[in-house]
Amino acid sequence: MIPELGHYALVLALALGLIQSVVPVIGAKTGDAALMRLANSTALMQFGFVALSFAALMTCYVTSDFSVVTVFENSNSMMPLIYKMTSVWGNHEGSMLLWVLILALFGALVALFGGNLPASLKANALAVQSWIASAFYLFILLTSNPFLRLQPAPFEGQSLNPILQDPGLAVHPPLLYLGYVGFSMAFSFAIAALIEGRIDAAWARWVRPWTLAAWMALTLGIAGGSYWSYYTLGWGGFWFWDPVENASLMPWLAGTALLHSAVVMEKRNALKIWTILLAILTFSLSLIGTFLVRSGVLTSVHSFAVDPRRGVFILAILVLFIGGSLSLFAWRASVLKQGGLFAPVSREGALVLNNLFLTTCCLTVLVGTLYPLALQAITGSKITVGAPFFNMTFGPLFLALMFAMPFGPLLAWKRGDLLGAAQRLMTAFGGGIIALALAFVIEGRTPVLAPFGVGLAFFVMVGALVDLAERTGLFRVPLASVRQRAIGLPRSAWGTAVAHFGIAVSLLGIVGATAWGTERIIEIKPAQSVSLSGYTLSFEGLTRKQGPNYTAEVGKFTVREGDSMIGVMQPSKRNFATRETTTNEAALMARGVGQLYLSLGDSKPDGSVAIRLYYKPLVMLIWLGAVIMMLGGALSLSDRRLRVGAPKPAAKSVLQPAE
Amino acid sequence: MTRKQRRLTLIGASGVVLVIAVGLVLNAMSGSIVFFHSPTEVIHDHLAPGTRIRIGGLVKAGSVKRGDNLNIRFEVTDGKNEVPVHFQGLVPDLFREGQGVVAEGKMEANGMLDADTVLAKHDERYMPKEVVEALKKSGRWQEGSAK
Repeated sequence: MIPELGHYALVLALALGLIQSVVPVIGAKTGDAALMRLANSTALMQFGFVALSFAALMTCYVTSDFSVVTVFENSNSMMPLIYKMTSVWGNHEGSMLLWVLILALFGALVALFGGNLPASLKANALAVQSWIASAFYLFILLTSNPFLRLQPAPFEGQSLNPILQDPGLAVHPPLLYLGYVGFSMAFSFAIAALIEGRIDAAWARWVRPWTLAAWMALTLGIAGGSYWSYYTLGWGGFWFWDPVENASLMPWLAGTALLHSAVVMEKRNALKIWTILLAILTFSLSLIGTFLVRSGVLTSVHSFAVDPRRGVFILAILVLFIGGSLSLFAWRASVLKQGGLFAPVSREGALVLNNLFLTTCCLTVLVGTLYPLALQAITGSKITVGAPFFNMTFGPLFLALMFAMPFGPLLAWKRGDLLGAAQRLMTAFGGGIIALALAFVIEGRTPVLAPFGVGLAFFVMVGALVDLAERTGLFRVPLASVRQRAIGLPRSAWGTAVAHFGIAVSLLGIVGATAWGTERIIEIKPAQSVSLSGYTLSFEGLTRKQGPNYTAEVGKFTVREGDSMIGVMQPSKRNFATRETTTNEAALMARGVGQLYLSLGDSKPDGSVAIRLYYKPLVMLIWLGAVIMMLGGALSLSDRRLRVGAPKPAAKSVLQPAE
Repeated sequence: MTRKQRRLTLIGASGVVLVIAVGLVLNAMSGSIVFFHSPTEVIHDHLAPGTRIRIGGLVKAGSVKRGDNLNIRFEVTDGKNEVPVHFQGLVPDLFREGQGVVAEGKMEANGMLDADTVLAKHDERYMPKEVVEALKKSGRWQEGSAK
């Protein structure tokens, strides 16, 4: 009964979605306020029904109802409750349902909190949002129904892929989807603006908070996925340039560019058409990501089941939305009034440069990801484009972008003073050079580029602090007024500095972990020990443990630094009988912001076991930097000019003429 | 600056960045791309020693020989031909005889692949795509057998 209820709720959501796709547009065209308002109720009801459908599926998983095919295939009565729940999105059907749930959530949020939007813009945006939603409801109902029944119902399910039985899976996909799908708001608003043929600075102010929220979720989602693969795949890598990772990186790069160009549009009423195009491209890249991951074009832990019909369906959605929106853009963009041009050396100019680099970086990732697919389709030869390609293309471009980063916030709007900015950045240059020199002295000259990476990271970090010091008048005015200025400084300025600081922290972590990490891969017998970078690990032996749905081989190693014992590391391998599969649980030990990383290989009858031991200095900074970036986004989001419905008379007077 | 000059500066800057990006991409394309071969193709194509390739197939039953210092030798087969592979390090958890495997490394003069990367499938349901294609080519593939 419950699966049928969920199925039926989804059908109702589709029906509402179709109504919402058409009626508000007619309302906006004819100026009928009642028809436009209808979108509010349908958006809320759509979310209600999709949530009901999702709750129904969740109930099936939690109660282990194996008469439902997806539950049978992906769950098992022996699994802990948390994994029964995360199994809901640990497979194709359920993850698509999560996708539309988040899409409907964003629609509902606009309906609820978009009270100060011009009625026609809101109606059109909600309609566009509903086009996307309806397409994906259809996709789920026709090709990926999670509620299909199995007759007769089996007694036991097949369990979730063990590699996905990890707490990380509880948060990684929902965060990633909040990001991916959140960019649909910018897309819907962009299409609505094109339909109306009107766009102004206020548009950017409405779109920015949604984009920012999506960007924050995506930042955390990518970092979470990276940390998850770091500790579960057992070989200590944090980024593999796997096509699926690239699929999430591309919308992030485009979304970051969009955030920056929206600032120019909001402040200077310029770059309008470019911002619209970026909004379209960002969500298009999200769709491409969904296609790559869900269609089975790629083999990875993310591609659950391969069904060609699904690939074709998603490809059709992709062509329809990307092709349709770009055609609409080509047709209508000229209607939009272009904003003014500006001096190349200015805040606007710097933001354009940022956009130029970010989109070019994104393009190189796109080429590296799609080229093998294209080549195979055309010539039939199969190739791999791996890390070296991206290090040689994405790397230099992104580093150049980072070098330019501290200059941007120090340039004035309209007409900046590059020399003045450089002079004010003297402290940052100094900090960078000292860091570079120290890195040379401490770690030596190999690899030669690493100290420069450290220098660059410190240059950007100090640069972000200089920016704040400049704005608050630190060292120039009395401390009391510094405090006043710090409080008065817009939160978005704090957000900029914090986010820029964060990316530099990540860079420092990447340089440290890749350039100065050490590793030993050896076979070790009980009572033997192994040394690495000043740490000595003694192998105490292997023991067997019984988990809820697996048996584990656990190795015990005592760790010494010099002569003092600092702890015990217990890496394990889990064997899942239901899937005849093993997973690797690496043991991690924090040493400052670095980590010791130990994972087990095969064991032999004589009690010896193969191990991988890494020392990764600074590695935690990679993810810490992402969290700092996210916090920067949060600060910026709390800026009062972005706060939805901020009770400011001046803001009201801007909002009203748009009605 | 006039409006025209400003526009030209913008276009010029975009052009420069794009040209640099295209240069980087072309340069990286020529140096860092690895082709995939099935064992039969490796035997027939007479690859020059030192060529970096990726091969895929099944680990031939009875071919795995483990030596000291984590040295391991095995043969990759597509059912028609075999290519011997040498690797030092930890093989993935799901590396087993008779199971799908992908190895990447340099071809040696004696026809052995000196692998620096060995990949196995993620779990028992999936076969690496490349392995499926290699087996399909040699006619040893049965639909549904990977599921």
